[in-house]
Amino acid sequence: MKSAVVVLPGLNRDRDMIAALTKIGGKPPLTIWQTDTEIPDVDLIVIPGGFSYGDYLRCGAIAARMPVMRAVAEKAAKGVMVIGVCNGFQILVEAGMLPGALMRNASLKFVCREVKLQVANANTAFTRSYSAGQIIRCPVAHHDGNYFADPETLARLEGEGQVVFRYAEGTNPNGSINDIAGIMNEGGNVLGLMPHPENLIEHAHGGSDGRGLFESVLGEQSRILTEA
Amino acid sequence: MTISNTVKITDELIAAHGLKPDEYQRILDLVGREPTFTELGIFSAMWNEHCSYKSSKKWLRTLPTKGEVVIQGPGENAGVVDIGDGDCVVFKMESHNHPSYIEPYQGAATGVGGILRDVFTMGARPIAAMNALRFGEPDHPKTRHLVSGVVSGIGGYGNAFGVPTVGGEVDFDARYNGNILVNAFAAGLAKTNAIFLSEAKGVGLPVVYLGAKTGRDGVGGATMASAEFDDKIDEKRPTVQVGDPFTEKCLLEACLELMASGAVIAIQDMGAAGLTCSAVEMGAKGDLGIELDLDTVPVREEQMSAYEMMLSESQERMLMVLRPEKEEEAEAIFRKWGLDFAIVGKTTDDLRFRILHQGEEVANLPIKDLGDQAPEYDRPWIEPKKPAPLAKDDIPQADVADALLKLLGSANLSSRRWVWEQYDTLIQGNSLQIPGGDAGVVRVEGHATKALAFSSDVTPRYCEADPYEGGKQAVAECWRNLTAVGALPLAATDNLNFGNPERPEIMGQLVKAIEGIGEACRTLGFPIVSGNVSLYNETNGQAILPTPTIGGVGLIHDWSKMARIGFAAEGEAILLVGAPAEWGTHLGQSVYMRDIHGRTDGTPPPVDLAHEKKVGDFVRGLIAEGIVTVVHDLSDGGLAVALAEMAMASGIGAEVSQLNGLSPIPIFFGEDQGRYLVTIPRERLEWFNAERLKDSGILAPQIGTTGGRELKLGGARAIPLAAMTEAHESWFPRFMGD
Repeated sequence: MKSAVVVLPGLNRDRDMIAALTKIGGKPPLTIWQTDTEIPDVDLIVIPGGFSYGDYLRCGAIAARMPVMRAVAEKAAKGVMVIGVCNGFQILVEAGMLPGALMRNASLKFVCREVKLQVANANTAFTRSYSAGQIIRCPVAHHDGNYFADPETLARLEGEGQVVFRYAEGTNPNGSINDIAGIMNEGGNVLGLMPHPENLIEHAHGGSDGRGLFESVLGEQSRILTEA
Repeated sequence: MTISNTVKITDELIAAHGLKPDEYQRILDLVGREPTFTELGIFSAMWNEHCSYKSSKKWLRTLPTKGEVVIQGPGENAGVVDIGDGDCVVFKMESHNHPSYIEPYQGAATGVGGILRDVFTMGARPIAAMNALRFGEPDHPKTRHLVSGVVSGIGGYGNAFGVPTVGGEVDFDARYNGNILVNAFAAGLAKTNAIFLSEAKGVGLPVVYLGAKTGRDGVGGATMASAEFDDKIDEKRPTVQVGDPFTEKCLLEACLELMASGAVIAIQDMGAAGLTCSAVEMGAKGDLGIELDLDTVPVREEQMSAYEMMLSESQERMLMVLRPEKEEEAEAIFRKWGLDFAIVGKTTDDLRFRILHQGEEVANLPIKDLGDQAPEYDRPWIEPKKPAPLAKDDIPQADVADALLKLLGSANLSSRRWVWEQYDTLIQGNSLQIPGGDAGVVRVEGHATKALAFSSDVTPRYCEADPYEGGKQAVAECWRNLTAVGALPLAATDNLNFGNPERPEIMGQLVKAIEGIGEACRTLGFPIVSGNVSLYNETNGQAILPTPTIGGVGLIHDWSKMARIGFAAEGEAILLVGAPAEWGTHLGQSVYMRDIHGRTDGTPPPVDLAHEKKVGDFVRGLIAEGIVTVVHDLSDGGLAVALAEMAMASGIGAEVSQLNGLSPIPIFFGEDQGRYLVTIPRERLEWFNAERLKDSGILAPQIGTTGGRELKLGGARAIPLAAMTEAHESWFPRFMGD
């Protein structure tokens, strides 16, 4: 299982993500720079959180147009798994790899707190370590996580099981439509989510509910390591 | 087209630069001729209070700054303290008060940016931030606007840069109506063998400009920050800088990469007084001259004069002296991160600060007199008048439960969640305790068990009543908060905020507060390794409360044994460690007197430093042994508020029944110092008393037991936790209209 993390100027949870992939997957991921046009053979590409290019213009808008994102899209088209967390989710949306839009939080304020997530679809490559409907804890930290899609797209997402995570128990922190916290593409290999599972993977974080995502995508090997 | 550097030097112009007639005379004596306009600007930038510490230097020298673990004390961009295993912590606190009042978002944002730059300039990656904020009374028409702007400015910069904000303070008092305080703290981790300093070494070496381009923002900012405010304050808005956290994040990565390459001889960030201050400091410290050619400085506006370029406080800029053979490698790193890189000058052997612009020499000044030999004052001061202590029988009564609920839901003791949820407290994945406890705690990356604790403290009303005791208390409380999580306090940074030092009574506050801080730091073994002084916090002659903020750093050897404030289980014994024989006694200057009875008389609680140390060391020992995991220090609001906070943090109530029959008000609301609450399983109590407490010389009586969903204090009615939490959590959102 080989993974890679996209590093762009202004991203700042890249180190958190690299730590999570290393601790759970057993080896550090490769890193890919903004100008790279070729991505080595990997099974998973992660775009971490932060403020790529200062979030100027619109969150993720500039990053989505960098050369590296064309390469990511090509890999995704070939079935490689792609996860975008927070700013990564915004970038995937801006790049057209996921539908909808992420608007400013309804409160108009940045919010960093722990929320509850429901695993809305446990039958995905990203969530198979969780059980269907399972409620997990997870932190959020963003200013623009208010997911929106037109009714038609929304109906499709809901109908096809593409809503993967939903804010639960009244903890929606940003006003997202249908409490949507994370969605995947039709092919089931591209996931975007606003919460930060990489910040809840060990005792020091006060819990490990975020591990399930990484264990799901990193496969058998990670489960053995985790149990050991 | 050439840009004119000739402006006639008049008395008005000199005064507008904040220079006194005797200071101007000194300039004439030094230069031997009338200074050019650019030179006048340079002197103004270097000799203002903010950059020169001319009123405070004499007193700052009395502070203890050395210790076994101190690697670098005051005088550099930040202090450096050894934490073992080849690692060190680099930290400092700095004010951005004046700009934050004028333009709250950018003022606060660039305050955060400035302090982060101070830390990474020394080769450290920032790992934690805190902010100590003081605003005017809640009902003042500007307060909401300032709170909203400052909090979003801090978040806007720190969150994008990527540092967790793990602690801080937010206070309200009418005395800050015209001058708010924004004190920003940052800490970073570095290797002890890779610390970078500002002292230039070697003649004829390239002086390199890095980072963002120079604009006209912030021209004269440091001079503005060295003056009082009046009604025309809005005119000073152009002196406030504009921050760009994206560039700063790139600058951080580029600087750390460059430092690792071995190219850096000296580095200084451009903060207050920008290019002037950074170049002078590098040269003066290294006993070298500096020559700058302004035609090579990257600018973002056209037709900038030498004066503007030298005084611009554009953010996210650095100045370095590089090894010439590494120039190409260095430039490539900066280009990769999309940052400017330009050779703007060289070091010289003549101790002159020479500025060239468009082929003309626009300044030629003695560098040492600008920098480390700037003027210094021994300003007259008078001993502050001590208030009369409260009479022993002067105990205004109130219903204990009502008073507690009122305090928990008051402007100053209510939850600050509304504030800190706008800060990223979790980024970097190392936060072990976020705001809401006694101290913020962050684990040390790359080490299995070590963590660092951070706390920022001062009680301005104590300082106003007695600056000496208030100074002591600020240090003691910081030390106590670090101890309460189980950390060994290592060292501190001080951010001294006062009014106009030209008034002897204000100077007296400064002198006595520093004396108290020094006394406490010496006794507690808690040296001051960095800091900042902010004077002239006055509007129309009304000064702020004296506010010497102390930011402390402590080391936890094994964070698995760290203590927290929330009760851990039901049925545990609650012990009051460090209790005086006669329990709580001191109501003078307490929040109970101020917020329940509207009284601000009496003396503040004295701090017995020997007692403080003994009790603190005892509590820390109990935590390290794993005997206690629940600890909370007593401060504002005394025993009642501390118990309520422990209950609210856990959802477990408590009954305090062992104090019945005593006068409840001083017991529950007295603010006697040097006390902690800890809990212990009841079955271990006998063992604890016999094996740990008996010969310690410390009192730690049981005062109650945890359990239930209510807090019952003595004979007062039981208060449901839900009612306390409602009062505690609702004030701030309601105040801000959410």
